[in-house]
Amino acid sequence: MLSFLIRRVGQALLVIVAMVLIVFFGVHVIGDPIWMLISPEMDQQAIAQTAAALGLDKPIWEQLLYFLRGLAVGDLGRSFVHGEPAIQLILSRMPATLELAVVALLMAVLIGLPLGLYAGLNPDSPVSRTIMASSILGFSLPTFWVGLMLIMFFSVMLGWLPATGRGAPQSVLGFETSLLTAQGWAFIALPALNLALLKISLIIRLARAGTREVILTDYVKFARAKGLSRQRIVQVHVLKNIMIPIVTVLGLEFGSLMAFSVVTETIFSWPGMGKLLLEAIQRLDRPVIVASIMVVVILFVLINLVVDILYSVLDPRVRLTEARA
Amino acid sequence: MSTASAATQTSPPSPGPSPVETPVRRFVRAFAEDRVAVLGFALFSLIVLLAVFAPFITPQNPYDLAKVDLMDSRLPPGEQTGDGYTVWLGTDGVGRDLYSGILYGLRISLTVGALSGLIAASLGMSVGLFAAYAGGRIETVIMRIVDLQLSLPAILIALILVAALGKGVDKIIIALVVVQWAYYARTVRASALVERRKEYVEAAQSLGLSSAAIVFRHIMPNCLAPVIVIFTVQTAHAISLEATLSFLGVGLPQTEPSLGVLIANGFQYMLSGRYWISSFPGLALLLTIVSINLMGDRIRDVLNPRLEK
Amino acid sequence: MSASSEPLLKVTDLATHFITRAGTVKAVDGVSFEVARGEVLGLVGESGSGKSVTGYSILGLVDPPGQIVSGSIRLSGRELAGLDDEAMRSIRGREIAMIFQDPMMTLNPVLRIDTQMIEAILAHERVSERAARDRAVEALQKVGIPSPRERLEAYPHQFSGGMRQRVAIAIALLNRPSLIVADEPTTALDVTIQSQILAEMQALCRDTGTALIWITHDLTVIAGLAQQVAVMYAGRIVERAGVDAVLDAPRHPYTEGLLGSLPSAATPGEPLRQIPGSTPSLGRLPPGCAFSPRCAYATAQCRTEAPEVSGQTLGGGVERQFRCHHPLQEPSR
Repeated sequence: MLSFLIRRVGQALLVIVAMVLIVFFGVHVIGDPIWMLISPEMDQQAIAQTAAALGLDKPIWEQLLYFLRGLAVGDLGRSFVHGEPAIQLILSRMPATLELAVVALLMAVLIGLPLGLYAGLNPDSPVSRTIMASSILGFSLPTFWVGLMLIMFFSVMLGWLPATGRGAPQSVLGFETSLLTAQGWAFIALPALNLALLKISLIIRLARAGTREVILTDYVKFARAKGLSRQRIVQVHVLKNIMIPIVTVLGLEFGSLMAFSVVTETIFSWPGMGKLLLEAIQRLDRPVIVASIMVVVILFVLINLVVDILYSVLDPRVRLTEARA
Repeated sequence: MSTASAATQTSPPSPGPSPVETPVRRFVRAFAEDRVAVLGFALFSLIVLLAVFAPFITPQNPYDLAKVDLMDSRLPPGEQTGDGYTVWLGTDGVGRDLYSGILYGLRISLTVGALSGLIAASLGMSVGLFAAYAGGRIETVIMRIVDLQLSLPAILIALILVAALGKGVDKIIIALVVVQWAYYARTVRASALVERRKEYVEAAQSLGLSSAAIVFRHIMPNCLAPVIVIFTVQTAHAISLEATLSFLGVGLPQTEPSLGVLIANGFQYMLSGRYWISSFPGLALLLTIVSINLMGDRIRDVLNPRLEK
Repeated sequence: MSASSEPLLKVTDLATHFITRAGTVKAVDGVSFEVARGEVLGLVGESGSGKSVTGYSILGLVDPPGQIVSGSIRLSGRELAGLDDEAMRSIRGREIAMIFQDPMMTLNPVLRIDTQMIEAILAHERVSERAARDRAVEALQKVGIPSPRERLEAYPHQFSGGMRQRVAIAIALLNRPSLIVADEPTTALDVTIQSQILAEMQALCRDTGTALIWITHDLTVIAGLAQQVAVMYAGRIVERAGVDAVLDAPRHPYTEGLLGSLPSAATPGEPLRQIPGSTPSLGRLPPGCAFSPRCAYATAQCRTEAPEVSGQTLGGGVERQFRCHHPLQEPSR
């Protein structure tokens, strides 16, 4: 188990280093951001001063060195646009994105799992066929278009839910969340649904396939022979077996959820990391771009690692064979 | 398709002799059994035709600035423009007829999607074949890179690349290719590994054929089936991704307005009730992607039993 | 075994068919037998003979496209065929229990043993969890699992095949059923474990007075275990009698063939005897007697006319039945 962990962590570090270098050099190729912040009308001295203040005049290798040194300390530079330290900026926006991603994931499971389960238990019913047909729509529709439609229906036409913004955040146990008020939930409803729709089709398909497979096994037949109620069989025997692959996939998809939040946050003006990253790209705010990507990649790698470990926790067969070996 | 594997009898014994049924014809027949897939195919063909003949069937070239009149802007569907023709889908913020804009936009969206798909497929296939044939450490290193890339979400990679490369059609295509090639590489390598062990490869080797000939003339054609399946799905994804990037403002520039750009332009008018500026291009995008996916689903079902012989 | 006034299980003309697009498969086609309280019936046949489907039919576990099309299954006088699922559910696991063939797949791999045992009790009785747990411990003890209280908390894959089958047996006995249907329970196990489990089951059933239907393809297993034997071929019972009668003096050529093909019956140095040909596909049965293509004694009548059940009552109320136009002669003793 230990060697497995070390290997995985080593791989993870390699990925991070590679990304750092790629990003750093890539961003420097975009074009000189100096002209975004400093008017060419200013005299040379003012330009030079501002440039020096922002560190844009040093040769690229020195900039890289400064960058790496800063990384080690956790200092990724100051945002050109906002003036704050980039890392602080990002971390202040992270709770919003995490909140959105978690709620979206929960929604996806709460909606997708029962639907997929039903479709698996009654494969030929017309309801099931409808569910499966609409699941194709689920991954065909581009996220941003769905977001637009959601706004159009629920905000503009029906006026039920707000189209933009986030509820006022409050601190709970050191975590920041906006979900302690009903208003907060109203704000998160549409963006979370938007993100969730991406994954609902996936969960429906997984749940259905898993259910159909499990229903045919010997142990389900044995459970019936024991005289267990159908409810018990589905809720305990079937569910627990299909959850394992679903949870694994979900864990891995959580990362992509966070990545897609770029789109959702932009449409719904949700103040998260995704929106920050996009704005940084549009305005060539180098430190923020680099820092955002770094944080996202690290998060990503961490999530993959956690899912690997979680899998061994969930499946007793994996856990115990490793312990014995 | 060539060689032994495809020639085996898969249809049930039929009474009496029938005309020679090539694999292509068999595929078409199997595909056509699903009505929904045929519908998808019809829809997609219509879209492609509309896009190809756009200059001939639109009343206006939306990029010809002389023809576009600001006075015509934001007309709802069905109204008449200053020039006297009816805009069936309304006009956008600068007065462009949406119908024309959508058809021209389709051209760009489809071209970018298909082109990036083809390049990614060729690239990915080459890498996959090479890896499978080279074997050993080279293969392991290549596949590690592939796995690495596949574990990161497409949109993240695309964003990073776009941040690095900037706007422009060629840059977007590069980004889309980078996002897609790994899927092809992984699938083709898996197929090639299976094919490599088959007897016809031994036979070819014993005849003294060069490695290149074996790979390209013998192994590759048998790996095409999964590639075709992936191509449809990936192209739909590519089109969707390009639209997303353009919508976010980091994709295609305003001079090459794909559907994504059109939708972005109309976003600001959503809240004031002028829904058509975003909705109609969005609908066109949707229909394109859905039709491709419907076809792709069916193609995958049809080609699969043959793969799992 | 003398019959009490009413047999525990009485199956009459049971027919279970599978209706598929390719045709109807008559897996069980007119099967009748009786099992007395505490009696062990051996149901013998090759694969495809319909013996497992018979077992499933008794428990009502035949899934579509299969269904019981006709016949009666009476448990203590109560008709089971045609009962709705809810009523069947309360009988399964309580009055009739079943043990399956493959111990590797019988227990749910992600649930603990105690969960799977306790739920079997709680599905039929309202007892406290503690009481149910105690009963589970007791049952594990009875089947010979050491340190049962600790082992309850284990997962199935931590047990060997033989132990898992013992757990399945324990589960079957939990609610003190009057009948257990065991579908080839030792086939998937090592030979040494096989005989152990056989002996244990025999003792258990004797002690608890539980009737047992032991489904197998192995005649040697039956010899030491059963009181009654029914031989199945192509969905029908071709011979049924007390174990001694069947083994010593079979009346049906198929039974004779089975006995003759046993390695123990062979003379060392000579090739093993086989029944020529193979079992017919149940969707395409030959006209007449299903065994006729392979039977050394077949006549024209056998090939056109399916034989009915003929009975013979030996002394002491013991029945003997067979389906054959030309049953073998009893050896004169």
